[in-house]
Amino acid sequence: MTVLVDKNSKIIIQGFTGKMGSFHADEMIKYGSNVVGGVTPGKGGSKHLDLPVFNTVKDAVNETGADASILFVPPAFAADSAMEAADAGIKICVAIVDGIPSHDMIRIKRYMRRYTKSSKMTLVGPNCAGIISPGKSMLGIMPGHIYKEGRIGIISRSGTLGYEAAQQLKNLNIGVSTSVGIGGDPINGSSFRDIIEKFETDEETDAILMIGEIGGPQEVAAGEFAKENMKKPVIAYIAGLTAPKGRVMGHAGAIVSAYGESAIEKVEILKECGITISKNPSVMGDTVKSVLEKM
Amino acid sequence: MDIHEYQAKKILSNFGVTIPRGGIVYSPENAENKAREIGGSKWVVKAQIHSGARGKAGGIIVCNTPLEVAQATDKLLGKKLVTNQTGPKGKIVNRIYIEEATDIEKELYLGLVFDRSSESIMVVASTEGGMSVEEISKEKPETIIRSKIEVAVGMQNFQARELAFGLGIEPDLIRRASDTIIGCYKAFSELDATMVEVNPLVISKQKQILALDCKMSFDNNAMFRRSQVSELRDKTQEDSKEIFASDRGLNYVSLDGNIGNIINGAGLAMASMDMIKLAGGAPANFLDVGGGATPEKIVKAFKLVTMDEKVKVILVNIFAGINRCDWVAEGIVDALKKIEIKVPLVIRLAGTNVEKGNKILKESKINYIEANTLEDAANKAVAALNK
Repeated sequence: MTVLVDKNSKIIIQGFTGKMGSFHADEMIKYGSNVVGGVTPGKGGSKHLDLPVFNTVKDAVNETGADASILFVPPAFAADSAMEAADAGIKICVAIVDGIPSHDMIRIKRYMRRYTKSSKMTLVGPNCAGIISPGKSMLGIMPGHIYKEGRIGIISRSGTLGYEAAQQLKNLNIGVSTSVGIGGDPINGSSFRDIIEKFETDEETDAILMIGEIGGPQEVAAGEFAKENMKKPVIAYIAGLTAPKGRVMGHAGAIVSAYGESAIEKVEILKECGITISKNPSVMGDTVKSVLEKM
Repeated sequence: MDIHEYQAKKILSNFGVTIPRGGIVYSPENAENKAREIGGSKWVVKAQIHSGARGKAGGIIVCNTPLEVAQATDKLLGKKLVTNQTGPKGKIVNRIYIEEATDIEKELYLGLVFDRSSESIMVVASTEGGMSVEEISKEKPETIIRSKIEVAVGMQNFQARELAFGLGIEPDLIRRASDTIIGCYKAFSELDATMVEVNPLVISKQKQILALDCKMSFDNNAMFRRSQVSELRDKTQEDSKEIFASDRGLNYVSLDGNIGNIINGAGLAMASMDMIKLAGGAPANFLDVGGGATPEKIVKAFKLVTMDEKVKVILVNIFAGINRCDWVAEGIVDALKKIEIKVPLVIRLAGTNVEKGNKILKESKINYIEANTLEDAANKAVAALNK
């Protein structure tokens, strides 16, 4: 089993016929992802990229048995689309879109509380690169070829910094089991802790590289979880040592507003949790390698 | 997005929060008339800038006659106020708020923010108003009371009452106090705010509950549906380069160093800044052209970075994914035809079609220093600075 997606995942694209949706659907299909159709309200019954288009996610699920979706809808409509996916029985939904209001994200998360743990959709993102299990499936917008198949799990808030890590690992001949971009927003669907827990039980993952940044409590929460519950080694890099306090650094969530949210404080706390720190972003690969050599 | 004190007060008063009488003015003559119009025998002249701690910086002046109000306004208008939140450049005062003075009996603190751990709205209150919330949590943490609000149902009266009693407010005023707290909550949740702060919230000698100073910030991502709020933006309070950037879809933060950055992705941009620091340099800016890094955005980014006179070296670091390096390289070559660069330029490309991209750069005859890794790029940028 792989984390979140595998070869059997049946994927639909929400916002299928738009420019972004079309382009990335095509990229995913080329990578080998099992894309079974898409949703654009009002265009149901037509075909796009040789695949069926549906009016609602429910129709798409009923007709194709889809269990995964990816959102390419404008930020103003993204919350609605994510809730529609949850209600239709989608198991994993990735929201790529940047710019969803925080109040909307809180609404989505409250909405999803109505489901029991076993029937609840996993939401990843927004403002993220998505998920890739190299050689199996891509539910995202990353360049697939930089990921070598292997046994390291990657979790990253940043898209391009996640690519940087995958490339460094590939250059050292180390592969990736699954890479999950959780996104740069202050309120997101899945946290570091949520994903790290999935990697702990994943038979195809030996160690986890966590790429965090300034702002928010999530890296520390994941570190505390790892200290209590994890046997697999965790390696972490935290970006933003030079970021000024109180300023938003590109990602809406990258702002230091409380103790424990600066890069230095996060690094100190993670060290205390027994996590190996990559001291700078150019040695993420080397740090993973040195941990693997000690295993 | 931040707004001014007087704008926040107007908004909160629409949600049932009581504020002292006051008005906005743009000239000393205006100010004198406004003081007479407000009436009373004591006024407070308040410089409107996007910053707290204005009092300590001389931006708040108490006056006893309308003439003094005019003089104080004259003194503050056009001045740059430097507070501990503005940075050394300070912020310019273009608007003055004249307010009747309040006889203060007690100063309280009230703040609302998102709590990222519980993903709810957190109301924070303290009996120690007038100090910043950071100071309160350091010096009098035992006075802080909190209430987490379930956003699906909103703030309930009992939650506001609990806070009001927790602040030691006398029974006769509990109803007014809880209406004030709920008004702030409604403003927060109905206008896509990210922060509401009333500090101090005062009880006057006349037993009124008044918002004496207010701050509100809003979610930029929600401004598409909050046109009345977005109209309150005051660009004179923002860095001119940051305005240029935000108007063009770039994420930019002005910093103090001299190595200008053009990078795709916020995380990679922060990581590159960290590498520059490790190499012994200092970044002049944070600049994220977006994960996609289109050639158009790269042209705009070069324009922006070359506007900054501090910049002595430019470092470009692009990790191309779906946007291939050859496409990005063409964008860079195109940008350099349009914009003259007088400082050394270090370029690091990585990702899809990196060989093709580097070949295009080499054959274009542009004057640059090629770098291969993140570390190499930072080292070469710092070395170029020292030449």
